[in-house]
Amino acid sequence: MTILDVKNLSISFYTRNGTVKAVKNVSFNLSKGETLAIVGESGSGKSVTCYSLLDLLPKPPAKIESGNAYFEGSDLLNCDKDAMRMHRCDDIAIIFQDPMTSLNPFLTIGEQIIEPLIKNPNPDKKLARKDAKLQALSLLREVGIKNADERYHSYPHEFSGGMRQRVMIAMALITEPKLLICDEPTTALDVTIQAQILRLIKKLQKNRDVAVIFISHDLGVVAGIADKVMVMCDGEIKEQDSTNEVFYKTKDDYTKRLLAAIPDGAKRLPNRSTKNILVEVKELKTYFKNHTKKRTDANYFTRAVDDVSLKVFEGEILGLVGESGSGKSTLGRSILRLAPIYDGSITYGGEDIKNLTKTNLLPYRKKMQMIFQDPYASLNPRMTVYETLSEPLLYHKVASKNNIDSLIYQLMDDVGLARGSIFKYPHEFSGGQRQRIAIGRAVATRPEFIIADEPVSALDVTIQAQILDLILNLVEKHNLTMLFISHDLSVVRYISDRVVVMNAGKIIEQGITEQIWENPAKPYTQDLLSAIPFPDPIKERKRATWL
Amino acid sequence: MHEGNIQSSETEPVSSSLWRDAWIKLSKNRLALFGLFILLTLILVSLLTPIIAPYGYEEQNLALGATAPSSTHLLGTDIFGRDMLTRIMYGGRVSLMVGFVATSVALVIGITWGAIAGFFGGRLDAIMMRIVDALYALPFMIFIILLMVVFGRNIYLLFLAIGAVEWLTMARIVRSQVMSIRNQEFIEAAYSIGLSRWLIIKKHIIPNTIGPVIVYTTLTIPSVMLLEAFLSFLGLGIQPPQSSWGLLINYGVETMEEYPWLLIFPGIALSLTLFALNFLGDGLRDALDPRASKD
Repeated sequence: MTILDVKNLSISFYTRNGTVKAVKNVSFNLSKGETLAIVGESGSGKSVTCYSLLDLLPKPPAKIESGNAYFEGSDLLNCDKDAMRMHRCDDIAIIFQDPMTSLNPFLTIGEQIIEPLIKNPNPDKKLARKDAKLQALSLLREVGIKNADERYHSYPHEFSGGMRQRVMIAMALITEPKLLICDEPTTALDVTIQAQILRLIKKLQKNRDVAVIFISHDLGVVAGIADKVMVMCDGEIKEQDSTNEVFYKTKDDYTKRLLAAIPDGAKRLPNRSTKNILVEVKELKTYFKNHTKKRTDANYFTRAVDDVSLKVFEGEILGLVGESGSGKSTLGRSILRLAPIYDGSITYGGEDIKNLTKTNLLPYRKKMQMIFQDPYASLNPRMTVYETLSEPLLYHKVASKNNIDSLIYQLMDDVGLARGSIFKYPHEFSGGQRQRIAIGRAVATRPEFIIADEPVSALDVTIQAQILDLILNLVEKHNLTMLFISHDLSVVRYISDRVVVMNAGKIIEQGITEQIWENPAKPYTQDLLSAIPFPDPIKERKRATWL
Repeated sequence: MHEGNIQSSETEPVSSSLWRDAWIKLSKNRLALFGLFILLTLILVSLLTPIIAPYGYEEQNLALGATAPSSTHLLGTDIFGRDMLTRIMYGGRVSLMVGFVATSVALVIGITWGAIAGFFGGRLDAIMMRIVDALYALPFMIFIILLMVVFGRNIYLLFLAIGAVEWLTMARIVRSQVMSIRNQEFIEAAYSIGLSRWLIIKKHIIPNTIGPVIVYTTLTIPSVMLLEAFLSFLGLGIQPPQSSWGLLINYGVETMEEYPWLLIFPGIALSLTLFALNFLGDGLRDALDPRASKD
C-alpha cells in the first residue's frame, strides 16, 4: 500500500546571487513498512526534498515550483497550516543529523519527548501528562536508554552523542508516525555507535511497520537497511531502483563513481618505509587540567593521551585510528608540540624536541607540518590563497620577495589549484578546494613529516577520493613520512602501511595494516572492524541478522 | 577570458591583501562613500573654522538677541546675539574631537586589553576581566569628577576620561570574539607554522574581530559626543563661551518653543554626523569581510 507518493517535485531557492534549482522534477513513492534511501553528496537536494514534505524549508528563499506529495491521499505541499501541524504531530516524524544541536538544551528529555502528546492539536489524541510519561518511559526503554525513570529527567548535555540520537529517535516515534524521515542520523557518530543506531532503527521499523526515508551520503550505510535506493545529484534523480539493482547492476555513471569512490581494501602505494626511525614517542602523557576540580581530585587531569609509545619510520604512512575522544588528535598535536605535554619524550630524527624552546623548535616547525580536519575552519577567512601560502614560505625564509610568486604558483600546481584563483578568499572555494589550499600550506616548506588529522572526513565521498589521491601523490613525490589520523577505518586501510589503534588515550593494538585487518588481536579492534558498513547489500543484510 | 588573466598575473601578480581589497570594495559602496565624504567635509570645515567662520565664537550682540535665520546670520543667532553658524562650526571642532579622540582611546585600550585577556585566557583573563568588572561597578561620574578635581579642568583630560569609561564594553566585545577565534583550526595551523604569538594576534586574530568592533565604534562615537554634552551641562566639561554640539542642543531644548532654530541646526549637524558614521561603518564592516557579497 503506497503511503507517500511524490510527483514531479521541483524546488528553487531565490537568492541575491541568482536562482538555484535545488530539486528538479523528482518523483518517488513509498509503501508501508518500506525503507527508501536517498543518497547523494552535499548540495544534491536530498535533504531539501524531504524537508519540503514537512514544510520545513525557509520560504523565501525556497519556493516549491511544482509537484505534489500525496501522503495517504492528502497533498502535503498544498495544505494549510493546521493540517500540516496534524501531519507533523501524528503522521510524519524526522530525525536530524546532529544530535548535539537537535535537542533543546534547556528542557529535560522527558519534557521534549512528551511534547507532541500533551500538545497534540487533535483533542482525541491529546494525552494527560501522566499517561504521556508512561508512554515515553516504555519507548525510552525500547530505544535502549538504561534507567529510563531517572534519565527521563536528565538534560541533553548529560547524554553522549549516541544516547542523544536514541532520545531523538524516541522523540520521533512517540506519536507512532507512519513515516519516519532520517536525515543522516549516523553521520555525526562513531562507527560502533553508528552500527548500533542503524540496528535500532531497523528493529523499530520492523516492530511498527513504519515507512522510512533514510537520507545519507554514504552508500555503505544504506546497503544493509534500504529496500530501495534513490541516488541524487544536483537536484536530479540519477538512479532509482531496488537496493540490489542499484548496487549490483549499477546503470548510472554517477552512481558508479560514488561506489568506486569508497575506498576498498587494495592499498594504493607500495610500502616505502625504511628501518630509520624518524619520530619516536615514549611514554607520552598529555593531560589537560580541569580548573573546576581540586588539585587533589583524581579527575583533576583529563588524560587525553595516557602513556603512549610509538615509532614512525622514515617513509612510512602510519595510520592512527580511534573513535572520538580516543586521544588520537591530541597525540598528533602533542607530537607537533601544540598540546600541553605532561610527561614522556618525543624525538625527531634522534633529537629530543619535547624540551626545546620556541626558538629552537623553529627549524623543526619547518620539517613537521599538519593538515587539519575542517577546511572551513583551518583557513583564515580574511587571507587570500596567496597570503595563506606565502606565510610559511616567508616566515621560514624558504622564499624571498623575489621568487615567492613563482614558488606559490608551483605550489598551486602541485595541489591542483587553478593559478587564476591566487587572490581569492577561502569562502570562494568548495570544501575540496579549500582542503587543497590547506595541503598546499602544509607542504609549502617542503617538510619531511606531515600529520594529517582527519583530512578527508569533512568531505564528500568523490572529493574524498580525489584528496586522498592528492595526498598520496605528494607523499610519493616529496618522499614524505606521514601520520594519518582518522576515524574511518576503510580510509586508513587504503592509505597506510602500518596502523595504530587507540582508545581512551591508550594504544590498543599496532601492526602491519593488512595483518590487523585480517587478524585483529584485541576485542576492541574486532568491534571496530566489524562495525564498518560495506557497500554490499547481501553481505550487510547477513551481518545484520547475526549482529 | 581566464587565460588572459592568468598570463598577466603570472608575470606580475598584483599584490592583494585584506586592506587593499577592502578599499576597492568600499570605493564601490556609494552609501559608504557618501558617509565618508560628509565626514571628511565636516572635519575639513572644523579644521578651517578659525579662518572661515563668519564671526568670532564669543562675539555677542546683546542688542540683537535671538533672531531667526537671515542673510546676515544664515542660521540665526542665539539669545546673546551670537551667530549660530559660527557657534555650530566651533562646536563641531569640540564634538568631533571628543568623538574621535575619546573613541580612539577606547579602541586602543579596549582592543589591546580584550585581545590579551581573550588570547591568553585562564588566570590572566580572570584577573583582567575582574578589573573591567570593578571599573564597570565604579560610578563613572565620580571617577570623572575625581579626575577633574585632581588634574584640574582640561579638555584633553575630558577626552581621556570618557575614553577610559568607554573602553570597558569594547574590551568585552573583543575578548569574546578573540576567545571564539583562538580555538579555530587556522590559529592552530599558524602555531604549527611556528608563528610567534604576537604575529598570530596581529595577523590572524585581530583582523577577524574587526566586524563587531567597527559596528560598536560607530555606536560609540555618537554616545561619546552626547556624554560630553552631559558632562559639560553638569559643569564638568567645556564651559561657555566655548561650545559643542551637545551643549548647543542642550541650550536649544530649553528655548525650543520660542527659538526652534537654536535646537534644529545643531541637531541637524549631529544627526548628519551620525548618519555618515553609520553608513561608513556598515560599509567598512562589509568591505573588511571577504565573505560579504561583492556588489
